[in-house]
Amino acid sequence: MIVFRNVHKRFGTKQVLQGFSLDVKEGETMVVIGYSGSGKSVALKHVVGLLAPDEGEVEVDGRIVHQLDRAGLVELRSQIGFVFQFAALFDSMTVRENLALGLRRQKVNSRTIEERVRESLALVDLMGAEDRYPAELSGGMRKRVGLARAIALRPRYLLYDEPTTGLDPVTAAVINELMVRTRERLGVTGIVVTHDMTSAYRVADRIAMLYRGAIRQVGTVEQVQRTHDPIVRQFIEGRPEGAADAEGAAAGTTR
Amino acid sequence: MYNLVAVRVAGWISALGRAGHFLSDVTRSLRDVGTWAGLTAVQMRRIGVQSLPIAVFISIFTGIVLALLSSYSFTGAVPLYFVGTFVGKAMMLELAPVLVGLALAGRVGANIAAELGTMRVTEQVDALETLAYNPHAYLVVPRVVAATSMFPVVVALAMAVGMGAGWIASISLLELSTPDFVKGLRLFYQFKDVWFGLVKAMSFGLVIALIGCHKGLSTRGGAEGVGRETTSAVVLSAEMILVLDAFWAVVLL
Repeated sequence: MIVFRNVHKRFGTKQVLQGFSLDVKEGETMVVIGYSGSGKSVALKHVVGLLAPDEGEVEVDGRIVHQLDRAGLVELRSQIGFVFQFAALFDSMTVRENLALGLRRQKVNSRTIEERVRESLALVDLMGAEDRYPAELSGGMRKRVGLARAIALRPRYLLYDEPTTGLDPVTAAVINELMVRTRERLGVTGIVVTHDMTSAYRVADRIAMLYRGAIRQVGTVEQVQRTHDPIVRQFIEGRPEGAADAEGAAAGTTR
Repeated sequence: MYNLVAVRVAGWISALGRAGHFLSDVTRSLRDVGTWAGLTAVQMRRIGVQSLPIAVFISIFTGIVLALLSSYSFTGAVPLYFVGTFVGKAMMLELAPVLVGLALAGRVGANIAAELGTMRVTEQVDALETLAYNPHAYLVVPRVVAATSMFPVVVALAMAVGMGAGWIASISLLELSTPDFVKGLRLFYQFKDVWFGLVKAMSFGLVIALIGCHKGLSTRGGAEGVGRETTSAVVLSAEMILVLDAFWAVVLL
């Protein structure tokens, strides 16, 4: 279980998160939606300790992430797969080496590594791409390799940072199906941050909207679709005019 | 005006704090031998072996110029075999370490800063962390160990090539025989001449790699940020080489 408790995070004068609280239950896929630049990715990076909160805490399986020592953080990270917005593949390594890197860190033997690489690439329909370099792959393929690298670790949690951003609708749909398939086959708990509502409706068990640094509404897909909150409605319908201050929501408050 | 000074001073203190924090992280990462040991050989080849051509190029022309300049300066008042003395001393004590150091500040320092900077802005460094690697142990320590150990090797070769070039220039362009050149070379030779140059080279390698890594990992803001930090790494490395050069002269000579 992942719990965000009253998380505050500021960069310089920009207050990005202010009282962000959210519970992600075991086995569910929680989609966090919000304007671009509203702090969704910042919240996600707190889960793996890439960022530490100024106030508040993030708890994963009873462990407060920012209080973990180096060994504790390594142990925690071995249970979490992170799919980056632009895949973040190591461009000097082949697809196989990208997938094997995390496994080698976990001291997995080379035969198991080879099997895991094959299985993970099969799960994202990229068999045969083992010896290609990231520069030789399309945007959609890179995202799939990023997903394969995360699931090769057999994590308990999968965190997706804007998994469909920058993709054409068909490739985005393929990524959505892969996320659903991954959850069904591996039974992982997931957090997906996105502003792509098609993706959110397809993969979510619950949806939470981040607005002005805090959760504005959280509920099932149906609850969010039926919401009367004008800010959430404007966002999910993609209307340019309405109650929400898109600029303010994106930039956070400046003090 | 006072505000501007205060902001500048605060900026310097903050930069010093970040550099101190970085050094402490790198020092702690030395314990993670399993991560960095296997990666160091690759960096030794990239930083050391691949720098040999530029070092040889610089030292050949420096050796030739030194021989001709010394002969021109002596104007018959000083015995010509002192050309060997001048070429040897200048190459070992100063020109091989400093000129090669400055060239490698560009080649190695820029390469490290640009590579790590690109990795930072494309989230590859974050990806390393999520795969449970310590980025300092994986990225910084191998480069620092490689540069510190390989710079003296490169500079030693530059010293030898520079003196060789000076000798060839002396016997072919000046009226100096090989025995006379060697006599001059050995006249005031001390082993300290060699290790002084190599200690300097080692310190240059350490500083260039640390600055390149620190600037690279501090990069923010995409391609422009990578360009800015790379330039900054080269300029700061060149400045530090000159500062260290003076420091070692004061401390060791």
